[in-house]
Amino acid sequence: MGNMTSSENGEYSYEDLGHLMTLMTGDEKHSYSATSTLDVVWTLYDSVLNVDHERPDDPDRDRFLLSKGHGPMAYYAVLAAKKFIPADMLSDWGSYDSPLGYHPDGALIRGVEIGTGSLGHGLPIAVGMTLGLRIKKMRTPGVFCLVGDAELDEGSNHEAIALAGRLGLEQLTVIVIENGSASHGWPGGIASRFEIEGWSSATVNGRDHEDIKSALTQRHPGVPHVVVAQVEKK
Amino acid sequence: MPSTMRDAFIDTIGLMLETDPDAVVVLADIGVSQFKAAGLIERYPDRFINCGIREQLMVGVAAGLAKEGFRPIIHSYTPFLIERPFEQIKIDFAHLGLGGVFVSVGALFDAASSGRTHQAPEDVGLLKLLPEFEMYVPGHPDEASVLLRAAGSSNGRVYVRLTEDSNSLARPIEPGKMHVERRGPVGSPVVIAVGPMLDRVLDAVSDLAVTVLYATTVMPFDSWTLRDTMATEIVLVEPYLIGTSSSEISGALHDRPHRLLALGVRNTELRHYGTPEDHIKAHGLDSDGILKSISRFLYPS
Repeated sequence: MGNMTSSENGEYSYEDLGHLMTLMTGDEKHSYSATSTLDVVWTLYDSVLNVDHERPDDPDRDRFLLSKGHGPMAYYAVLAAKKFIPADMLSDWGSYDSPLGYHPDGALIRGVEIGTGSLGHGLPIAVGMTLGLRIKKMRTPGVFCLVGDAELDEGSNHEAIALAGRLGLEQLTVIVIENGSASHGWPGGIASRFEIEGWSSATVNGRDHEDIKSALTQRHPGVPHVVVAQVEKK
Repeated sequence: MPSTMRDAFIDTIGLMLETDPDAVVVLADIGVSQFKAAGLIERYPDRFINCGIREQLMVGVAAGLAKEGFRPIIHSYTPFLIERPFEQIKIDFAHLGLGGVFVSVGALFDAASSGRTHQAPEDVGLLKLLPEFEMYVPGHPDEASVLLRAAGSSNGRVYVRLTEDSNSLARPIEPGKMHVERRGPVGSPVVIAVGPMLDRVLDAVSDLAVTVLYATTVMPFDSWTLRDTMATEIVLVEPYLIGTSSSEISGALHDRPHRLLALGVRNTELRHYGTPEDHIKAHGLDSDGILKSISRFLYPS
């Protein structure tokens, strides 16, 4: 792995992510959006999510759904850093026999909950999973769903935002990566779309790990929570 | 005994909720009043999720529940269950490899007076395009009960297509198999009547020396019962888009020369309201229409 140094437990650090990402080549179109999610996905896996690469199907795990399946390089790099997949799996991503495609397929990758790529699917599924946990009276696991600001164009998200708010799905957290991709923008701010449906919200610098972490771990009794993570404009 | 397929559906759900802790009903307003009237929502408040008029969400939520180990029953009018959220069914269920029971009401021409927006004769053909969907088309409320129970106890993706239109008598059907309704001489032509088309077919062929097979499971198609008849002339009478199962019949008989006539709902904008029977006639699916088409096919002059 060249000049990379892994820690004693075999995990790689944030500083290694760049190297891990350079193992993946060939997805020029999506490479920029991949990096827009890097710090959020790293912070989630490093200090927010209760997930364990040795028990990816643990019923008590937090569920993370990358709804924005575009540009999954950062996601794959973090999964490799946290030992869900071997780092040498990254180098031939997108090839016929690789489990790693330009859009992820949950059936092929350990610890990946769903397959995404067509936009606007993750959040409705996340609402269903949260309701499932509620029916099972499992109050501890959280459901985290990452979407893009352009992905919010898809109406299915707004169906989900409304219902999650009305049902007070406290175990649900949505992270919106805001990099100015939405063609027609979101006048009044992205957070306001959620707030009007009763969600709690935080808008943070999507490159600041401490900010991201505190926004994602903030308590929000009785309501779902959205974190708008702002990064450089596309 | 339930008097309509919808009643059979409500009764079966009541049974499922009582016996299967994993059964959860996901709705988009349609059906809520019926389940309320039956007292089920009051009795099992956690097990009904009404999304409001949000069909994409209805299917996505159902998939999320399936991921958490539940057996979702997803229900609406045919076009709003299958066509509007089709990509959700494709990705959230088929691609994610999840199971669920999709139950429609109002199929065939139940919605004749409501117009084209409430009709979806494309439904079975659309779901056929996705991998591993079992499909049931009951022709009587009692058959609906049998097929709904089978759908509830399987783990796969199942579509159950319910109509108000019904045959006068239930047959002793078995999920997955065609029922031999009438056996003609060996090798005589076979008429396959699907679900609610049976009474009209029987009326049409009463004077013809044909075998009548009755299909209530249309996917996977019961090739063996068809092959056993040794027929080389096949007539398929479907209560949805014409020729929906033609490729299954061609596949079943791929090694035998045969002729096939497909009758069903024509792919056209009729632009008429009226009664279901008006529409049945307009598509040539009343017993006179069926007899004319079969006669031309079997006995060309």
